[in-house]
Amino acid sequence: MGSPQVVRVGNNTSARLILNTWPLVCAPAYHLVLEGILILWIIRLLFSKTYKLQERSDLTEKEKEDLIEEWQPEPLVPPMSKDHPSLNYDIVTGPPSHKIIVNGKECINFASFNFLGFLDNERVKQKALTSLRRYGVGTCGPRGFYGTFDVHLELEDRLAKFMKTEEAIIYSYGFATIASAIPAYSKRGDIVFVDEAACFSIQKGLQASRSFIKYFKHNDMEDLERLLKEQEIEDQRNPRKARVTRRFIIVEGLYINTADVCPLPDLVKLKYKYKVRIFLEESMSFGVLGEHGRGVTEHFGVNIDDIDLISANMENAVASIGGFCCGRSFVIDHQRLSGQGYCFSASLPPMLAAAAIEALNIMEEDPEIFAILREKCKHVHKALQESPGVKVIGEAYAPALHLQLERSSGSRDTDVKMLRSIVDYCLERQIALTLARYLDKEERFLPPPSIRVVVTIEQTEEDIEKAASCIREAALAILK
Amino acid sequence: QCNTTIFCLSVYFLLLQNNHVVRNASLYNKEFVEQFEETPLLVAVLTYVGYGILTIFGYLRDFLRHWGMEKCHVAREREEQKDFVPLYQDFENFYTRNLYMRIRDNWNRPICSVPGAKMDLLERASKDYNWTFQHTGKVVKDVINMGSYNYLGFAENTGRCADAATESTHHYGVGVGSTRYEMGNLDIHEELEQLVARFLGVESSMAFGMGFATNSMNIPALAGKGCLILSDELNHASLVLGARLSGSIIRVFKHNNMVSLEKLLRDAIVHGQPRTRRPWKKILILVEGIYSMEGSIVRLPEVIALKKRYKAFLYLDEAHSIGALGPRGGGVVDYFALDPKDVDIMMGTFTKSFGAAGGYIGGKKELIDYLRSHSHSAIYATSMSPPVSQQIITSMKIIMGEDGTTLGVVRLRQLSENTTYFRRKLREMGFIIYGNDDSPVVPMMLYMPAKIGAFGREMLKRNIGTVVVGFPATPIIESRARFCVSAAHTRDILDTALEAISEVGDILQLKYSRHQRRPHLPSSLGSWSSEESLLQEPSHIKPSVM
Repeated sequence: MGSPQVVRVGNNTSARLILNTWPLVCAPAYHLVLEGILILWIIRLLFSKTYKLQERSDLTEKEKEDLIEEWQPEPLVPPMSKDHPSLNYDIVTGPPSHKIIVNGKECINFASFNFLGFLDNERVKQKALTSLRRYGVGTCGPRGFYGTFDVHLELEDRLAKFMKTEEAIIYSYGFATIASAIPAYSKRGDIVFVDEAACFSIQKGLQASRSFIKYFKHNDMEDLERLLKEQEIEDQRNPRKARVTRRFIIVEGLYINTADVCPLPDLVKLKYKYKVRIFLEESMSFGVLGEHGRGVTEHFGVNIDDIDLISANMENAVASIGGFCCGRSFVIDHQRLSGQGYCFSASLPPMLAAAAIEALNIMEEDPEIFAILREKCKHVHKALQESPGVKVIGEAYAPALHLQLERSSGSRDTDVKMLRSIVDYCLERQIALTLARYLDKEERFLPPPSIRVVVTIEQTEEDIEKAASCIREAALAILK
Repeated sequence: QCNTTIFCLSVYFLLLQNNHVVRNASLYNKEFVEQFEETPLLVAVLTYVGYGILTIFGYLRDFLRHWGMEKCHVAREREEQKDFVPLYQDFENFYTRNLYMRIRDNWNRPICSVPGAKMDLLERASKDYNWTFQHTGKVVKDVINMGSYNYLGFAENTGRCADAATESTHHYGVGVGSTRYEMGNLDIHEELEQLVARFLGVESSMAFGMGFATNSMNIPALAGKGCLILSDELNHASLVLGARLSGSIIRVFKHNNMVSLEKLLRDAIVHGQPRTRRPWKKILILVEGIYSMEGSIVRLPEVIALKKRYKAFLYLDEAHSIGALGPRGGGVVDYFALDPKDVDIMMGTFTKSFGAAGGYIGGKKELIDYLRSHSHSAIYATSMSPPVSQQIITSMKIIMGEDGTTLGVVRLRQLSENTTYFRRKLREMGFIIYGNDDSPVVPMMLYMPAKIGAFGREMLKRNIGTVVVGFPATPIIESRARFCVSAAHTRDILDTALEAISEVGDILQLKYSRHQRRPHLPSSLGSWSSEESLLQEPSHIKPSVM
C-alpha cells in the first residue's frame, strides 16, 4: 500500500501519487484498521466454507432431471445362491432340551448352551407359569414407563447378591447387554484395549462407542502391556488430553470363540499399574466357573470389586432370555439413563425374569451342579482328544468347545463343507452338533471354522461316549 | 448469555413450526389431519425462565455440595480408583442431579400386575428427595393405565393368549439356548414367521428377540459404505443406532416434511457421494409409522411416491402403528390402503399391540433370505422365547379373525373409537394435543419443567398412571404428557381419566390452546380442521410428485 517501488522518478503523475499517498503511509491508525480488517477477512475465508458442496451446482433443472433419470441404485440385497446354507436352517421340532428333534430326527443335544439343564427344568417352568398367570406375557413398555415390574427389581437384587456386588441391571436381550454397556461409558476420544478374540456383541458395542480401539493379541499380556506403555508415553506427551481420556480393557471371562479363559489376575495388576478400567463379559462363564458359579472372578479368586463391570447373558447357563450387568452402584447406575438397550427397549417379559430367579435359586441351593458340570466338561474334553484330523480347542473345564480341522484345506468354504459333513454324519446317528456360525465379512478377526460341542449336565457317560465315537468315525470317514 | 441464545433459538423454532400442510392431497384416501399448535410465546418465555431458575439453583446446590454444606447422595468412586480418569463427566450429570432427580418419582414406577387397562403399583416413598426409594409395602390398586403401549389390550393374564403361552411353556420351556442359525430355529419360529408374512401381506418375514435390536442389528446388513441413509429427525434411538452402525452416510430431514426429504433426495442423486462424487450405491429412507413422542403418522403415500420417483428404498418402522392403525390392524400401510409391496422393508415390534416382545422384518423373499444369512441377530443372538412367540401367534390370529371369532375386529374398532373420543375431548377442554387425529399416541403439552412433575404426581393422586416426558426425549421447551389409548379402556375409564386430566389441567393451568373451542361438535374433527386440513392442492406449491 502506497509502496514507493511503483514510482518512477521523474514522472510527474507519480510524484503526485507519492504526495497523495504519503499521508497513508504516515497514518498508522488508518493502516492498522485496514490491515486488521483484511486479516479478519482472510481468517473468515480460511475458516468459513465458501460454498456448500451440496449446494454448489450450476446444473440446469433439465440436467438434474437427467441425472436423476440415469441413476440406477444397486439392488437392496445382493442375489443369493440357492444352495446357501442359511436358506435351510436346521429345524428343531419341540423343545431344544437334552433330547432334541432336529430335522425330524431325535438326537442327543450337544449344541444348545443349556449348560445346567434348566431349559426343561420343571421348577423353572412352574415359576415362569405362575408369573405368566399374574402378569401376562409382555410388559408393553420400557422400564421408565410402567415397564418396571416387581419381578425385575427382585431379579436385579438377586443377581447383585449372587455376584456379591452392589447393584445389577437387567436387559431384555443378551446380545444388547454388553453392546449397550460399552457405549454408555466409552465415548468418542476414549481408548479401549480389547482382546482380538472378543465376541461380536463386544465388537458392536465398540463400534457404537466411536472410541479409539486397540486390539491386543488373544490372551497375550505382554502385547497388552506394550500397548499400555505406548499409551503411557503418549499420555506423558499430552497430559491435558490424558486427564480426560478414559481407558478400558475389555475381555471375556471364558471366550466363546476360543473356549479359553482370560488371565484375570494379570489383567487386574495391569489395571492398577496403568489405571485402566476392566469390563468383563461373562456370558460363557457365569453359572459355570467357580465353586458357586460366580464366574471367572471366583475361578481365580479375584476380588469382584476390582472389576469395574461384569456383563453376562441369562440365555446360556440360566436358560432364560436377557442379560445383566453388575458392579458397584457408581458404575451400574449410570446405565439406567445412558444404556440405550435399557432405556429405549421394552423390558424383559416378567415370566422370563421369574424363570431366571428360579434358576438362581437352584444354583444357590445346589452348588454341586457346577462341580458336576466341570466333571462332564473334562470328560468330553478328554473323549474328543482321540478324533483323527480334528483338534479340540479350549480349556478342559470349558462347557462350549470347538473342534477345528488339524490341517486346513486352504479354502474356508471347503473346510466349512467338510465340518458340515461331520455334523451331518453325527446328526444321522442322533448326535446333534452345530457349526459355529460367524458373519465372515463383519468379524474383526474371523475365527477358523469349527464345530461347536456344548456340554450339559444332563449328558450321561454313554451319551458322551457315543458322541465321541460318532465324531471319531465321522472324522475317519470324511477327512481321510 | 446462554439463555438469550436459547431464547433466540426458540423464536426460530416457533417460526419453523407451522409447516404441516397437506400437499399432494390426491394421494390420500382420507383426510389427513395433523396438528402441532404452536407454543404460545409467553409460555415459551416462561419455560426458559423456569429452566434458567433451575439451572441457577443447580449451580448453587452443586456449590453447597462441593463445600460439604449439603449432603451429596451420589454414589462415589472407590477410594482405590480415585486417581483414575472419571468414568463419566460431571457436567453430564448436572441435569440428572439437579433437574431429573427432583421429579424422578414419575418414572420407573414399579408395577405388580398385568399392564392392562388398570394396574397395581407398588407404593414408593423417598426420605431424601428422590435419591433413594423405599417400598412402603402397600400396593396402590386399580390405577388407570394411560402409559402402557397396550393398544389392542392383549396384555392379559387370562384368555386365549395366556392359555396358549402356558401350553407352549409346558412344551418348550422358556429359553432356547442357541441362535437361529445354529440350533435355535424352532418350529414355532417358522410358524410365527409365516403368519407374520400373511398378516403383513408380504412374501416372507423374519422375527427377532428384541424390537430395539431388530433395527440396530439389521440396518447394518442392508446398507453400508457408499450408501446414503435419509432419516427423519425424530426417529427412534434404535434406528439412529442401526444407521450409525451401518457405516453409511446419514442425512436427516425435518420431521415428516416431504419438501425437506425431496430436497435431500434430489441433492443426493445430483451430487453423488461427498468428495469422490461417485454415485450412491443405494439410498435408504428410514421412517416410522407413528412417532411415539409426537403422535404423528408418517405421510406414507407421499414418501412412497418420492421413493419411487427417486429409486430409493423405504424402511418403515411400525413399532407403534402395527395393530394400532388400519381397518385390519395392518399398520400405516393398511391405514392408507396402500400396497405393502411398495414398502421395501416392513419392520415392526411385537411389544405393543401384541402384548409380547421382539420385532420382525417383512418384505420380499430375497430380502428375508439375505437377512437369514446376514442379520447380526440371526447369527449371534439367542432366538425368541417360545411362549413369547406363542403369544404373538395367538394374538395375531385373533386380530386376523383366524380364530373364528370377531374379537379382533371388536378390539380394532374399540381402539379407533377410543382414540377419536379421547383426542376430541382433550381438545375441547382446551389442551394442546399434538399429532394425528387417528393416532392412539396422544401427547399433551405441559411445556414447563415444574409442571412435568406436578402433572405426574397429581394424576397419580387421582389414581391415574400417565407418562410424562421432558428433555432430552423432547425439545427442551416441549415437555409433555403422553397418553396411550387402548382397546381395553372402557368409556367409563376414559371418562374418569378425562375428568381428572381436566381437573389437574385447571390446577396447573395447562389449557393452553388458543384455538376456538366448540364443545359439542359432533364431527370427530374440531373447529380447527377448517383451518388446517387443506385438502386442495395449494397452488403455489408445484406438485413435484407424480
